[in-house]
Amino acid sequence: MTRKVLSGSYAQSYAAKLARAQVISAYPITPQTSIVEKLAEFVATGELAAQFIKVESEHSAMQVCISASALGARTYTATSSQGLLLMHELLHWASGMRAPIVMGVVNRAVAPPWNIGADHTDTISQRDTGWIQFYAESNQEVLDTVLEAYRLAEDPQVRLPAMVNEDAFYLSHTVEPVDVPDPETVDRFLPPREAHAVLVPGETMRLGSFTGPDHYVEFRERLAEANARVPKVFAEVEAEFRDATGRDHEGAVPTYRVDDADAVLVTMGTATTTARSVVDELRAEGRKVGLAKIRLFRPFPEDEVQRLARVADRIGVADRSWTFGRTGPVATEVAAALYTAPRRPALTGFLAGIGGRDVTPHEVRRMYDTLLSREAPTTHWVDLEEQGVKVDG
Amino acid sequence: MAKLTIPSQELMYSGHAACPGCGGALAMRLLLKGLGPRTIVSLPACCWTVIGTPYPTTALRVGILDNPFEATGASISGLRAAADVLGMKDVNIVGFAGDGGTADIGLQALSGMLERRTNAIYVMYDNEAYMNTGIQRSGETPWGAWTTTTPVSGDLHGKPEPKKDMMGIVLAHRPAYAATLNPAYPEDFDRKVERARDIVGPRFLHIFAPCPPGWKFDSSETIALGRLATDTGVFPLYEVVDGRLAITRKTGALKPVEEYLHAQGRFHHFTPEDVAKIQAQVRESWDRLVQREREDLSRPH
Repeated sequence: MTRKVLSGSYAQSYAAKLARAQVISAYPITPQTSIVEKLAEFVATGELAAQFIKVESEHSAMQVCISASALGARTYTATSSQGLLLMHELLHWASGMRAPIVMGVVNRAVAPPWNIGADHTDTISQRDTGWIQFYAESNQEVLDTVLEAYRLAEDPQVRLPAMVNEDAFYLSHTVEPVDVPDPETVDRFLPPREAHAVLVPGETMRLGSFTGPDHYVEFRERLAEANARVPKVFAEVEAEFRDATGRDHEGAVPTYRVDDADAVLVTMGTATTTARSVVDELRAEGRKVGLAKIRLFRPFPEDEVQRLARVADRIGVADRSWTFGRTGPVATEVAAALYTAPRRPALTGFLAGIGGRDVTPHEVRRMYDTLLSREAPTTHWVDLEEQGVKVDG
Repeated sequence: MAKLTIPSQELMYSGHAACPGCGGALAMRLLLKGLGPRTIVSLPACCWTVIGTPYPTTALRVGILDNPFEATGASISGLRAAADVLGMKDVNIVGFAGDGGTADIGLQALSGMLERRTNAIYVMYDNEAYMNTGIQRSGETPWGAWTTTTPVSGDLHGKPEPKKDMMGIVLAHRPAYAATLNPAYPEDFDRKVERARDIVGPRFLHIFAPCPPGWKFDSSETIALGRLATDTGVFPLYEVVDGRLAITRKTGALKPVEEYLHAQGRFHHFTPEDVAKIQAQVRESWDRLVQREREDLSRPH
């Protein structure tokens, strides 16, 4: 193990290198660029024996990964925002082809207006494509989750693509000390891909094909079943990763000081770190609050979220994106999970940190204040007045 | 008796789902004869998606990878990258796309593949419209042709715009090899496929693919119409190796285009003036081709 000072972007690059990705393909977009620049350097110096295909669009980047995966190669790509939106059609192809691609996404706001700040709208918009989705809180978590994502994606029970998402700038361009495992350790944890149902030169086979309703439904059901097996396999992968590296990221929904809490705030991504410090402050003041972090968003960890209903009567969800015509998307997911819980806590959705706006300790404190107040609202835009300026229309 | 030069191996099964007289089916059959079984074909949305027959059957004795409409160029870049990194030797990587999937929606990915110098063969089988979706005009539909989206009635006179010059676009990328092929001339077709097979680098084959239901001619006339296309100069046969163009079929004099046009219902509304206009364009294109060939020949190697 080596301790390095790495940005969240370089954490992606180092993880792809440690995973011995064989085919890499990408198209530049801010703030993803430093991930692929570093990988280009690794390939150029021979540190990574991969083919790096520099394409003319993100659409083509994903197709290169799908086709390379169809021959059995381990693949990696990275993108952000508009680039991810352009890939949308291909994301369905990747999961439908059962291609275990791993993709790093730097979460960035969607235009218009142009904005390169942190925002989850890009990946949330890909929620229904059949991809596994992880959201990272720290650069260490980025590196470790990419390695875990390969194990999970390539597991014979899963065989699904996975994206590892990190907030623009808060992670992508912020450096932190990161423990980089030795290649031998990673090789033991993540052996070469065991290719299944891939094309072999000289053999008759068709991947993709077309069907009527007679087979199509069955293919979709297999895809759904593979998604359903993710939580169990992920738990196994986490245990093996802990044994291999000594690091534990505490599963799909890590919690913090939720015992005997009156109110629990649910976060995703970097807002979690801020919220954790606020929980400590509030606990010191004698207020019973806790925190839960959604690390695995797809498939949604329903069981873990239902467990929160046992500890708190009030649950808040801080969303870094908005589903127009509905509330925040994570809040919607939490609400759906709580519907079948034995106890149903009051739920408040908060919208915070859109388009790179900071989620400050002050604002997190206001969220807890709102949650603990007598009549918490169902939805709430947190920082409209304080940091923003008036917008016409 | 002349020796038959076309390989006897058949890599296309007889139970395919093509229409009778389909030029696209002949294109695939002849292509695979020349390439052999160690071939992987990336197939976008096109007639061949359906011709290849539905899951769990296949009409081809090679590996097929389906890809979305616009992504064929990228797909063959990915296949080649994987074949190289996994040490797979002697495998032909082929993209097999229609004219819409190449000249319209797939143009960006094709350009990318050519510019990246991907070591693969890109085939455009050209039936000059979106035939799988029911005869809508494409960038490759010729001027004046009737399609369901370029109707003929009143002032409407078929497609108002001329056919896109895909060979010109491809040649601007300086491919390792580019050629026009016509199933009506199978010996020339096979020779070009085998030549393309043995060249390293980006290769492009523009294959003429007559479509009886789309062009409105009898399915027994595909070969006769194909010959007319080349012998009138509408679809001349040539190849470009390392930038040097050579015409591979020359007849003494070009036949009148009228013979080609009148054989198809999609041009039934053509007036004598229309025919004369096409004749002048074909003549000019042919002369330019001959001129280019002469210039390339005189250039020192």
